[in-house]
Amino acid sequence: MKASARRYPQEAARLLREHPEVRASVTGATLSFDSKRRQAYAEVEAEAWRRWAEGVKNHLLMNLDRYLLQAEEKLKQNSVQVHWAEDAVEAQRIVAEIARKAGVRKVVKAKTMVSEELGINPLLEGMGLEVLETDLGEYIIQLLHQPPSHIVGPAIHLNLEQIRRLFHERFQTPLEASPEELAAVARKLLRDGFLQADMGISGGNFVVAETGTLALIENEGNIRLVTSAPRIHVALVGLEKLLPRFSDLSVFLSLTARAATGQRLGTFVSLIQGPKKPDEPDGPQEVHVVFVDNGRSSLLADPEAWETLRCVRCAACLNACPVYRQTGGHPYGYVYSGPIGAILSPGLVGLEETTPLPYASSLCGACFQACPVRIPIPRLLLTWRNRAVEQGLTPKLEAAAIQAYALAMTNPRVYRLATKALRLLPEKALDNTVLPVLKAWTEGRAGLTPSPKSFQQMWEAGEV
Amino acid sequence: MKVALFITCLADQFFADAGVAAVRLLRHLGCTVEFPSGQTCCGQPAYNAGYWAQARQVADHTLDVLEGAEYVVLPSGSCTAMLRNFYLELYRDRPKMFNRANALSRKTYELAEFIVKVLGVSQLGQGLLGKRIAYHHGCHALRELGIKQEPLTLLRGSGAELVDWVAAEECCGFGGLFSVKLPEVALGMADRKLSTLPLGQIDFLTSADGGCMLHLMGRIRNQNLSLPVRPLATVLWEAVG
Repeated sequence: MKASARRYPQEAARLLREHPEVRASVTGATLSFDSKRRQAYAEVEAEAWRRWAEGVKNHLLMNLDRYLLQAEEKLKQNSVQVHWAEDAVEAQRIVAEIARKAGVRKVVKAKTMVSEELGINPLLEGMGLEVLETDLGEYIIQLLHQPPSHIVGPAIHLNLEQIRRLFHERFQTPLEASPEELAAVARKLLRDGFLQADMGISGGNFVVAETGTLALIENEGNIRLVTSAPRIHVALVGLEKLLPRFSDLSVFLSLTARAATGQRLGTFVSLIQGPKKPDEPDGPQEVHVVFVDNGRSSLLADPEAWETLRCVRCAACLNACPVYRQTGGHPYGYVYSGPIGAILSPGLVGLEETTPLPYASSLCGACFQACPVRIPIPRLLLTWRNRAVEQGLTPKLEAAAIQAYALAMTNPRVYRLATKALRLLPEKALDNTVLPVLKAWTEGRAGLTPSPKSFQQMWEAGEV
Repeated sequence: MKVALFITCLADQFFADAGVAAVRLLRHLGCTVEFPSGQTCCGQPAYNAGYWAQARQVADHTLDVLEGAEYVVLPSGSCTAMLRNFYLELYRDRPKMFNRANALSRKTYELAEFIVKVLGVSQLGQGLLGKRIAYHHGCHALRELGIKQEPLTLLRGSGAELVDWVAAEECCGFGGLFSVKLPEVALGMADRKLSTLPLGQIDFLTSADGGCMLHLMGRIRNQNLSLPVRPLATVLWEAVG
């Protein structure tokens, strides 16, 4: 997927202006997720879990080369075919090749963000294959030709009315249909899809290096069907999604579910250990795992930003983020949105394409408190901002203003003069200014009124 | 006890009375208050916007100004976080300056925190008896510094009733330059925060952070809401009675 993050500020403003219903949908859903997450954390020693999970992921990342080789060996022992994709082009070639070799015509997909990152749907559709998203939210946005707006709830930006209207137009359901009725319609369509598909594509929440186990968490049951009904299963897995030991799953499965949806465990957890064995009635004939780099190994080598790779894609930071809540994910212009998107996107596709994203935060710190693997998101946002400045990617006017600010603030005489000048301005001068910064302030906010005398002036006049 | 007041630029310019109240309160509690001359801004606007070289220039200046103080007290959570936490980040590759920043970090406190933690005072008086107050937690005070109970303790201890506010710990949308770089988003955040207040049941809103207050006051006036906003230092001085 190509990043269009450069227009984040304009797109966020436009969305708030033209589609206020998105803000309502996203705010409602994320507040609900976030409060469930808090309750689920409160049930356990969440602080200890988070620190432990952070430690495991750090150990994994420090020894990733070794664990990747171990995972490959174990997967092969389990008769899983292992592929390595350095970038999106290579991943596309691998997936296309698997599909072509097996004469695939219909593909069903489980929700996978890495597939969005790699542009798998356009690729397969371009080959003339039929592609069906089977996660309900993902299916809805596929019908609308939209990208996901949230890592876990891709259709979070839509309300029930919009979905009713969509289903009415497409499937002639009544306009007042209940969510259950709508789900039943989708369920029937998707069931047919599962039975007809030759290939299922999934992501992977974890791959255990010790045992070559692919772990998938879900609530709808569609992932289990995607990975077992078609004769071929392809799992696209980011390099960082490994876990060293099978026993690590005991905490990671529960911690991820708690962080993502406030559940103690996902409704379905699939632990996939290879293709159908001769004595087994069901399962795919071929299982492929495609390990995807696509910028991850260079992020791993980044001494300041590597911690981003601890991410388990639970979206807890999106749910906790008051900035994300205003717009949902679309204005961010890349697969990953919200706080994690703002630090992961520059790491994966470069800062030049994504400069506004690290600024899409008030640095309130709610994301860090929610993160199950304690990624220091606010610190990393600041790191990327500093890099944007160092690389000259910030507006020239802003750079000049900051320069002037530093001059005034390191020179008490200039600061005093500015203090006086501020009080000599005619009343309302701060309301109708041409200065862009103040204009941005006064559109929607009353103007600023300085105290009659500054504290410093009062102190020096002996009035304190 | 000798206390150096770092007024912070926003309080200096927009909440001068709160500075006066802070001085009176500290004196009332037995402190000798100094006001080191030459102080300006803590440098946070530059730091948060990514201009670390310029932030360091301002931090250098502030370190000079506050050199030799026994305690540094600020009527602002966010600027306290700058002095206590972010200066250490700014100087992490400069050992000599890091040591100076570390010394400053260890003697720097937000006003309410200083009163409760250092002075050991949790009751100021009964001056807020019957007052219904909404407390806005500044994000840096709350999540960066872990200051949560201190202001609430002082307000409650003086007879105030703190109203239940489901969004009390959510960001108001100020965020420094954020509020002008992404004004529509910032205003949406202010609206969300304000919309959850039981407006008829509150006498006023208070906070330790001037930036948040300017942002919220501006939005309150623009939307014609009736909700007075008063700086925490002023309210705490009133609490003495």
